[in-house]
Amino acid sequence: MSRQREVVSGTVRLAVRCDGDPAAPPVLLVHGYPDASQVWDAVADRLATEFLVIRYDVRGAGQSSAPAEARGYRLEQLSQDLQAVMDAVSPDRPVHLVGHDWGSIQTWEAVTDPALKERIASFTSLSGPCLDHMGYWLRDKLRQPSPAHVLALVRQLIRSWYVMLFHLPGTGLVWKLGLARLWPRLLRMTEGIDAPGRPSQSSDGWNGVALYRANFLRRLLLPRARHAVAPVQLVIAENDAYVSAGIFDGLARWVPELYVKRVRGGHWLPLKRPVFVAGLIADFVRARENPGGTQSRLTRVQGPLREFSGRQVLVTGAASGIGRATALAFAEQGASLVLADLNLDGAERTALLARLHGVSAWACRVDVGDGVAMRTFADGVEDAFGLPDIIINNAGIGMAGGLLHTSEQDWERILRVNLWGLIHGIRLFGERMVQAGNGGHIVNVASAAAFTPSRTFPAYATTKAAALMLSECARAEFSRFDIGVTAVCPGFVDTGIALSTQYTGVNADEQQRRREQAAKLYQRRGFTPQKVAAAIVHAVRRNRPLALVGVEAQGARWMSRFMPWAARLFARIDFSPN
Amino acid sequence: MNSTTEVLPGVDLARFKALQRLAYDCAETVARELQPGVTEKQVAQKMKVWLLDHGVDDWFHQPFAWFGDRTAFRGFRGFNPRFFPSSRRLEENMPYILDCAPVQGGAVADIGYSGCLGHNPMLEQLMDDLAAHRELILRLIRQRQSMAEVSRAVDRLCVSQGVEPRHKAYPFSVLAHQVGPLDERSRRFSVARFGVRSVVWLSRAMAAGQRKGQSPLWSSGKRSDHAPMPGLWAVEPHLGFYGVGAKFEELLVITDSNAWWLDDDLPHVRRWKERQESRTELEPVLRLHDLTRASASKSRAARSSVA
Repeated sequence: MSRQREVVSGTVRLAVRCDGDPAAPPVLLVHGYPDASQVWDAVADRLATEFLVIRYDVRGAGQSSAPAEARGYRLEQLSQDLQAVMDAVSPDRPVHLVGHDWGSIQTWEAVTDPALKERIASFTSLSGPCLDHMGYWLRDKLRQPSPAHVLALVRQLIRSWYVMLFHLPGTGLVWKLGLARLWPRLLRMTEGIDAPGRPSQSSDGWNGVALYRANFLRRLLLPRARHAVAPVQLVIAENDAYVSAGIFDGLARWVPELYVKRVRGGHWLPLKRPVFVAGLIADFVRARENPGGTQSRLTRVQGPLREFSGRQVLVTGAASGIGRATALAFAEQGASLVLADLNLDGAERTALLARLHGVSAWACRVDVGDGVAMRTFADGVEDAFGLPDIIINNAGIGMAGGLLHTSEQDWERILRVNLWGLIHGIRLFGERMVQAGNGGHIVNVASAAAFTPSRTFPAYATTKAAALMLSECARAEFSRFDIGVTAVCPGFVDTGIALSTQYTGVNADEQQRRREQAAKLYQRRGFTPQKVAAAIVHAVRRNRPLALVGVEAQGARWMSRFMPWAARLFARIDFSPN
Repeated sequence: MNSTTEVLPGVDLARFKALQRLAYDCAETVARELQPGVTEKQVAQKMKVWLLDHGVDDWFHQPFAWFGDRTAFRGFRGFNPRFFPSSRRLEENMPYILDCAPVQGGAVADIGYSGCLGHNPMLEQLMDDLAAHRELILRLIRQRQSMAEVSRAVDRLCVSQGVEPRHKAYPFSVLAHQVGPLDERSRRFSVARFGVRSVVWLSRAMAAGQRKGQSPLWSSGKRSDHAPMPGLWAVEPHLGFYGVGAKFEELLVITDSNAWWLDDDLPHVRRWKERQESRTELEPVLRLHDLTRASASKSRAARSSVA
């Protein structure tokens, strides 16, 4: 049961609620507009088992009193309220702050105040930028109006329509005229959230308009250079209807210790995904409370935010070829990496190269065909780094030689890696992604051989055809969980695969000779793994079901669809080098 | 082994070694004086003046300088005018390569020097990676492997290191080329920054080599599929990674039975030694397979109490 108390800040009385062990690390939750502290209820319930959770109604909202005029809502006053609550509830211990929407905007004011350096342990920001930082962001974009900058501006302007509206006189009246009663229904329609109505909704909405009027123009037009005095965890909601992700691009300039997490779920994350939000806050607070503990779960960002900053990508078969190139392509875009391969040295080397892009990367030795090992691996990854957002099932081996020359052991070997590896990857991580509810993407690297029948590589083509079908089926099943699935079908790519392809039914010398000849052909084709990696990044970005990479893949696909008879004739030719 | 006696006919190794030192001194001096805003052309000119002031009388090629992503030779290869010093300006944390090949008396040097104005982790990594190439080339040549095979081994090392062999962008995709003692009496001219005497020498060596099935241009191609060819070789492995390139270039002495680097006291070799000595303790790296299951399940229990 919450412990209620009242804190006086200047002329205003603030209604404060506390839950959890008073001796535990304090976490202070600040709500936004047009909410009251109830917006945090579901999150607070979960956090209270481990922390002292403090909530209060900001001035003008819920049970707290309102200042007489709009000037009373300036950020300076809001920050003083926050300090008053911190001093009253946790006078000796620094507080972990969490803000959503306007709660985040006003908490930034405190977090960028050097006088509070010793009072604030950390800050988790959801959907509310620092207005000063935003002022600088606007200034930078306007000074260099390149098409990309103009696009970023337009994106945020579209989301800020209501801010402009609130600056017109009398617009707050809509709350009194029925918007308050409609509000729960609007939330359900626009965000899919079931939240009960509040008696104070009308006055919360009416009073809160002053937040915009008292601060927006002042701060955006005359921004102050303010640097954060505490570590900040920025939670970027990708499909936020009111705050665009682009405005955080240069945040690392103002925040020396910045961690970023990209999530799905819209603007009202505390209502929409309370369990997930509580987990993020708990992870961050725990990492601050015992440094060196679970730090690696968080994605630290230095330098400008990139497209995949705050996302984690897992790549199997990452020691070489397409796996390594894909890992590096995502690293270049800011993603942190978990790399798996049988060849640990190779995977470590990929991790080292990825770190040169300023991201974190970890390597691990895993046999993707081993179900038990894969389950341990999936558990270990989730525990150590959190669940990856993007899974690249890339590990695979090559095999050539006629059906009758392919032994049972050969079949078992290739099925184990190329098919079972994929099945384990999709099942283990798919099930965790569905459970987490944060969406995600799974990429399965198949091959143009998936739709190219051939007497030259029947086993390989069979596993790749299965990979393609598995991918399509998984896409159908996972679409309702917002998890995209892509099958990638490259043609002849100059990777190490030609030099390690197993030629069945020939002796070792002959195999080596054929490998070298095939490698020469691949080299002459000159199609680099980097091009496949670029196609994979693009396919993830656009959530494409199928990525055909290289002209031979396009051609083979076309032939299999429109001239299957030609494909069958073609299949009779033995292409193995001799 | 570094004897000054005549191990190669007509070659005074001491003079070659002294000139190579001079060339590296030039690169180090010019590198120390680099400032943001300076152009490739200005730096190349500065090297040229410095070398002429120090008694250099001709060129294998006149000095080159490459800044920024031009160090990785992105988008140009072979005989391309973009190879020549441009008006690109040096900026903070930008990598650069200085390359000069002076001739003094009959001796020839050809050196490459990589560095950075400030700090660039990619460049540091590439320079670290070059150490393995220097070691590999000497080891395989001493094993008397075919020169093309050595070059292919360098290519394979690049693949396993995950870096691009950017020396493939050089004319004839060479990993190295032969230099030789020049006749002192002939005329001194440069065409397109290459010394005429040296080009003539190289052409003659190519013609002579062709008769023996050998080539003074050392690459992964068929022309280099022959046993190590005695002489002085300017070896220049050049690695690239995402718009950053690094190389070294120095003389390798190959005789009928042995091989050695002409000089082991060069800036890049000293750098590797220093780094090896300072690397007493490796940074703690968390590996997933080090995580014990016990600690993993403990943290899961802690999290499930919240989530």
